[in-house]
Order: sequence, then structure tokens, then C-alpha cells
Amino acid sequence: MIMIDVENIRKDFPILSRKVNGKPLVYFDNAATSQTPQQVIDCIVDYYSNYNANIHRGVHSLSQEATDAYEHARQTIQRHFNARYSREIIFTSGATHGINLVASGFSSFLQKGDDILVSALEHHSNIVPWQMLCERTGATLKVIPMNEEGELILPEFDKLLSPKTKLVFVNHISNALGTINPIEYIIEQTHQVGGAVLIDGAQACPHIRPDMQHLDVDFYVASAHKMCGPTGVGILYGKEDWLNKLPPYQGGGEMIAEVTFEKTTYAELPHKFEAGTPNISGGIAFGAAIDYMNAIGFDALASYENDLLHYGTQKLLEIEGLKIYGTSPQKTAVISFNLEGIHPYDVGTLLDKMGIAVRTGHHCAQPIMDYFKIPGTVRASFAFYNTKAEIDALVEGVKKAKMMLS
Amino acid sequence: MSIENIQNEIIEEFSMFDDWEERYQYMIDLGKDLPLIDDQYKTESNIIKGCQSKVWVHAELKDDKIVFTADSDAIITKGIIAILIRVFSNQHPKAIIDADTSFIDKIGLKEHLSPTRANGLVSMIKQLKMYAIAYQTQLN
Repeated sequence: MIMIDVENIRKDFPILSRKVNGKPLVYFDNAATSQTPQQVIDCIVDYYSNYNANIHRGVHSLSQEATDAYEHARQTIQRHFNARYSREIIFTSGATHGINLVASGFSSFLQKGDDILVSALEHHSNIVPWQMLCERTGATLKVIPMNEEGELILPEFDKLLSPKTKLVFVNHISNALGTINPIEYIIEQTHQVGGAVLIDGAQACPHIRPDMQHLDVDFYVASAHKMCGPTGVGILYGKEDWLNKLPPYQGGGEMIAEVTFEKTTYAELPHKFEAGTPNISGGIAFGAAIDYMNAIGFDALASYENDLLHYGTQKLLEIEGLKIYGTSPQKTAVISFNLEGIHPYDVGTLLDKMGIAVRTGHHCAQPIMDYFKIPGTVRASFAFYNTKAEIDALVEGVKKAKMMLS
Repeated sequence: MSIENIQNEIIEEFSMFDDWEERYQYMIDLGKDLPLIDDQYKTESNIIKGCQSKVWVHAELKDDKIVFTADSDAIITKGIIAILIRVFSNQHPKAIIDADTSFIDKIGLKEHLSPTRANGLVSMIKQLKMYAIAYQTQLN
């Protein structure tokens, strides 16, 4: 079995040694944002201390160094995701930006009578752009339903699929429940009817290493801040053919080749989609974060997190009246739960008093909460730097909250 | 009793608690005990939607004073509502308009009134003041 040295790993994360409300921090809100190791923090400090400059345009040395570092990060990301070309990696401000970029681009390909399919497990950000797109184009938005376990019902997906299906949007892993969706099947079937697939990998990339060429996916988005990187930066992967077909999303500097008042020629990929000065330090630090995670190894961290998931699930279920939502055997280290008759907000508030950070509420996935007829859940999401001792603290905390609230 | 006197009374009560557990247990008990609103007023139009918890508020004028009733689906939110009602209900509109809510800081519950908390309480206080302004206009 591949082991990870969690005690040493924890030393890389300065925030993990702080106290909250007088108690040692137990950070279980990793699905919202992950913590940042010193190596990535140092990378940002190094950029601003030593080679802060605008990229792709200066002739001076600093600009050249910054450009090299930024493009080096793009190549690191390309290798990580196994994209065919580095120009297929577009830097964005995060997963939501990437989704909007694709949605906006598709408005010129869609017409009345076309279908867009989205899964019932989506984050709000993955629903709203498509609703707007359908309003603009007259296309119809259809939802792939889920079952009691929080899994997509594939026979229903098969029924919805037709030559009218132009685009399918599914998250790789659900943020609210942690379910791993069968995206290989979805991609293959959608391609058979001539449609394109966009996968939201925001929740998957902290846990697994998706292979773009193997998946044969058309578009894939990710956010750095869920992968030990900084906030405000992410990527959109797109197959070269698709990216060439899509019109630019924003106008501005960097995305143009030639401008006269009569006509503008757009820049080559990836710059066509990168208008204006990007988040340079963020992009470089994203590369450093990916290097950091790969040094630990995704196989090792996934098996460690899986162990935490099983331990946490078993311990939490020992508490009477505790119900877990999202019980698919295919899931990552996310436990969404409620105590019978107790509002999740109350549990989260008391846990915070004990220094335990969890997310409460509908997790921007209201349709899922409506399905289970609950106002929300308490969500504990684990990362490779969490420990079983921290899970014990969570379990004790939940027991105490239950005692105080019932 | 004036709003200020009630606030001072609450500050004194809370000063007797040694730690957060006693303070929260007290609020939870307040939340559990009080039937805060008549079911007929738990309507869509009386609802204040927070991202985290929901709050219902109803107001009526009795003898030139506003009587507030309210409720929430979360018990800690309900406990804080009970405190707010104790302060603001049965007061003249003018007194409600002029009142400040800094006593909340003094009893260690400031975090619950942060706009980012999204539990509906900030909007609730705004709503109480709006009712007061509306009734004040009516009285003039």
C-alpha cells in the first residue's frame, strides 16, 4: 500500500497550526477551498519580490522571466491533465469563468429545437449559464435525474440523448454529495449522437488526475483554489478544434493579432481567450500547486482520503439519528449529513465554536436539497492533510451539538 | 421599560455566563421555549430568506406600540430572534427607529449579525426598522 506521511505534510501548511475560537483548527471545508502549502505561498512571494512584470509584451528581462514562468506553468498543467497541446489550456479566473466562456461561445451554434442536458447534481454556477444560453437561443434545457443514493440515472440519460443534443454538462464529482459521475460513459454516448461534453472538474481535481486524451472530453474546467493553489485562477481545457471554432469571450489586449478600425484579427490559441493582463502570479502558483500535489502522488492521497472517508462514515453513523446524504459507493471524501430534527445551521454554528470548520446550507445545489426535502446539510469534506484524530474531534463535536440542541 | 433598559438588562444576564457553551445553551433554550409567531403569519410574504436559515416576521400596531412576532427554522437563529423581540416589541415606532443594536456585540453574538452570515438576521433588523418607519408615518 502507498503511504503518505501526514504529520510531515501538515508542517507544509502554516494555517493548520492556528487556533479558532481558542481551539486547534480542524479544517473540514476542503470542498469549498483547500489550504495552501508554504511552497505555493513562497512561489507567490517570489514572483512579487523578484520578477513581477507584465507578460507577453515587454522586451525587458523581467517581462521575459515572468512570461517564461507563466508559460512553464501552462506546460505543467498540460502535462498534468495530459492535454495534447499546451495551447489547449486556457487560463481563467476559475471553473465558473470557464463554464461561462463555453456557454457564451455556444450561443452562436445553437438554435431553437436543440437540447442541452445538465445533471441534477449541479452546482448553481453550472445551471445558470445554461438557462441564460437557452433563453438567448431558444434551445431547451433538460435535466438528467438522480436516484436516492445521489447517483445519475443512466437509463434516463440514454432516453434524453438524441441528435438534437448539442451539449451535455455534468460535474465530474458532485460538490454537495461527493458522488463520482460516470463521465466516460456520458462522453462516449454523447459523441455517438454528435454532441459535445463539458465536464466541471472543480471537485474532482483535488482527488484524482483526469486524463484529457483518454477521456476524449471536449471541454473540462478546474479551479486552482481547490487544489492547494491560490483563489482567482483556474483553467479551461478545450480540444483544439473546438477552441478554434468558439468565438472569443472578451475583447481586450492580448487576444488580438491586428487591429484597425475596420477589422480585428484574433490571436492564436490560447491567447484568443485570454484578454487583458491575466492573474500572472496565480497562474504560476497554480503550476507550483500541481507540482506539490504530484510530489505526494494522486494515488497515495486518494487512497489515504478514501481511508478517512470510510473511518468518518463509520464513526458518524454510530451517532443515533444521523443521516448521510450521498451514499454511492463511487464517492470522494465528502460526508454530507443531518441530525434528525435539527437544522444544519445550528450544528455548524456550534461546531465552529469548537474550532471545527464545516460547510452548512444548500452548498449552491438547491435542486439536490429539494430532492431530499431538506433545507441543507452539514458537509465535512476531507483532504490529504486531515487526520483520523481530527475526525474524532468532529464526531465528539457533533455529539456535543446534538446534546445541546435536543 | 425603554429599549435601552432592556438592552442593559440582557447585557447583565449574559455577563453571568462563563463560556460560550452556557451562552449558547441559554439561546437554544430561549429558541425552544417561545412560540414566536402565529402559524397564519408564516407566509411567503413574511419570509426573509437567508442562505442558511429562514426567518418570518409579522408586525401589528397596538395602542401606538408595535408588537412583533417572528420565527426561524434554525433554533439558534430563533434564540437570537427571541432576544431581538424582547428588545423591540411593544415599543413606540420612534423608539425602534432610533434604537441601535450594538448591545449584540456586548453579549458576544456579533458574528450572528454579520451580513456574510446569511442567516436572515441582518435583514430581519432592517425589516423591524422598516415596519417602525411605516407605522410612524401612519401615526403622524
